[in-house]
Amino acid sequence: MMIRKALDLWVGFFVALGAAAILFLALWVASSATLAAADGYEVKANFGNIGGLKVRAPVKSAGVVVGRVADIRFDNESFEAVVTMNIDRRYAFPKDTSAKILTSGLLGEQYIGLAAGGDTVNLKNGDTLKLTQSALVLENLIGQFLYNKAAEGGDKK
Amino acid sequence: MMLARVATFLEALGARVNGMIVRLGFASRFFWLMLRLSGTSFRRFRLTIREIYFAGVLSLIIIAVSALFVGMVLGLQGYETLVRYGSADAVGTLVALSLTRELGPVVAALLFASRAGSAITAEIGLMKATEQLSAMEMMAVDPIARVAAPRFWGGVISMPLLAALFSAIGIFGGYLIAVQLIGVDEGAFWSQMQGAVDLRQDVANGIIKSVVFGVAVTWIAVFEGYDAVPTAEGVSRATTRTVVTSSLAILALDFVLTAFMFRGS
Amino acid sequence: MSSANLVEIDDVSFAYSATPVLAGVSAAIPPGKVVAIMGGSGSGKTTLLRLIGGALRPSRGAIRVFGQAVTSARTRELYELRRRMGMLFQFGALFTDLSAFENVAFPMRERTNLPERAIRDLVLMKLQAVGLRGAAELMPQQLSGGMQRRVALARAIALDPMLIMYDEPFAGLDPISLAVIGKLIRDLNDALGAASIIVTHDVHESLQIVDYVYFLSGGRVIAQGTPEEVRRSTMPFVRQFVHAETDGPVPFHYPASDYRATLLAGG
Repeated sequence: MMIRKALDLWVGFFVALGAAAILFLALWVASSATLAAADGYEVKANFGNIGGLKVRAPVKSAGVVVGRVADIRFDNESFEAVVTMNIDRRYAFPKDTSAKILTSGLLGEQYIGLAAGGDTVNLKNGDTLKLTQSALVLENLIGQFLYNKAAEGGDKK
Repeated sequence: MMLARVATFLEALGARVNGMIVRLGFASRFFWLMLRLSGTSFRRFRLTIREIYFAGVLSLIIIAVSALFVGMVLGLQGYETLVRYGSADAVGTLVALSLTRELGPVVAALLFASRAGSAITAEIGLMKATEQLSAMEMMAVDPIARVAAPRFWGGVISMPLLAALFSAIGIFGGYLIAVQLIGVDEGAFWSQMQGAVDLRQDVANGIIKSVVFGVAVTWIAVFEGYDAVPTAEGVSRATTRTVVTSSLAILALDFVLTAFMFRGS
Repeated sequence: MSSANLVEIDDVSFAYSATPVLAGVSAAIPPGKVVAIMGGSGSGKTTLLRLIGGALRPSRGAIRVFGQAVTSARTRELYELRRRMGMLFQFGALFTDLSAFENVAFPMRERTNLPERAIRDLVLMKLQAVGLRGAAELMPQQLSGGMQRRVALARAIALDPMLIMYDEPFAGLDPISLAVIGKLIRDLNDALGAASIIVTHDVHESLQIVDYVYFLSGGRVIAQGTPEEVRRSTMPFVRQFVHAETDGPVPFHYPASDYRATLLAGG
């Protein structure tokens, strides 16, 4: 019977250890910032080009994560990208807030940056942002750069 | 002449494949039987606890030591490569993602298969060889309910715990090397990691993987023991088959699961 | 009528693969008797036990135990039948991870709802009957072969079965243990009012305790009778077996080609 007690002790210890490991991974290793959809409100924005923006990319304002990209669609009438963002209910933004698609670091992943406007009325669930700036597509940039360079050269002649 | 040789070769191949398919069918029926007769494993949980001890607790040492070394190597190798791109701070991310997504579940499962899986196969095979299983049947106790099912559930419960432990200890090992030994900034190590590791995407998927591996490995181990030829040589071959088949199954399943889970959101 | 028989084996045939092991065996075991089934190695004796216990299904024929057909029984009925049977396996087949006490308690714990106190008393009584009550807490590895077999015997009679089957109970035992097991088989059978079937090729020991003998050879019953009849039998096979002669109907030489021709051809 002593053997039984030792067995139970060890198994209990093992399970506790395993549970602790899972907790450790969940709390100290992973980011606990996965927003539940219920805690947020939806705001839409149209972009001419979303570049490499993906669903669940962060929505930041002043560098702080305030929400996540919930959905990305293509509007076949306006031929623009319709991005639906899920913003944390704690943060209210004025109606004339603008959205830009930015890149974290030089070659990092893309996210949406919100710059608050000055309107007294705030955004509600389902509103659409009026002011947007598309992503900077690298190829277009390079193409523009080369074109400018060529134009300069042409002028000099 | 050549044709005859080729013909016999193909015949033998066909026979082997046929044999494997028959065995797979038998193994699947065995699996459903085990699930159906699992009531005893839970009503008399003591039986399952014993198996968690033999499968899980006794694997702790090898899991912990291996995890420590794997984590340390990841930290070392990761640092060597990242420092060249000025991204040494990302070593925490590298270690954490490698472990939680892949190495934790996979390596822990491989170690589990060779340590606990082979032990289960040997034990059941020997019970078969010494007629203990027949004795149980004659006493009208179903060996699948009494011997196979508790071991199956013991393995399935132990596996995710061991995988989580592997990841956790591995990350700690990476931390030891990167922060304490090499001198990467401690704050950067943890904060970059936390920014990159997602609870659902990485940690949860890793745990799901380990559960799937646990089911596969324990099923194979129990079945091979049950199906072993009841001689010394038969048991030895069954143990070998357990380790080989489990390892292949783990790697194949890992690919399938990874393709599903990390399809580039 | 023969419906009073505990076990009826009716023209049973069985084959593991292509070669038949049993080809038309018929026998009857009346209650209260100890019956021996003898024959050379591989004559199908153990297979017959397995068939009676329902672990195997015959390809032809029927077996009835306690008046019920074993061969066509469904799993539930089979398990109920087995509750009234006890089997002693060759070398004991004790569960190596349980002590002697727990081995004997196993069938009680699994098949009955008796409280632990009752089980404890019953186990000690069974162990006392085989003379091993003092070894109750020992593990099988700590027991000698003979003692292991006695514990297995206690386990076989744990639920007071009506039919006890022994698979080579005398194999590999020293003379003292032989005598002990023989005595136990007889005494327990009489005390329980059960019937016992012993599969053995130990002629000397078994003829001393059994009431009837069946001889198997070539998959069928070639001789049967009381121990006295067997000892006095003039049938060649029985004579060879009982008197341990090296050559007779069971030949010394494995079938081979002509000796002289083989030796000369090798040159």
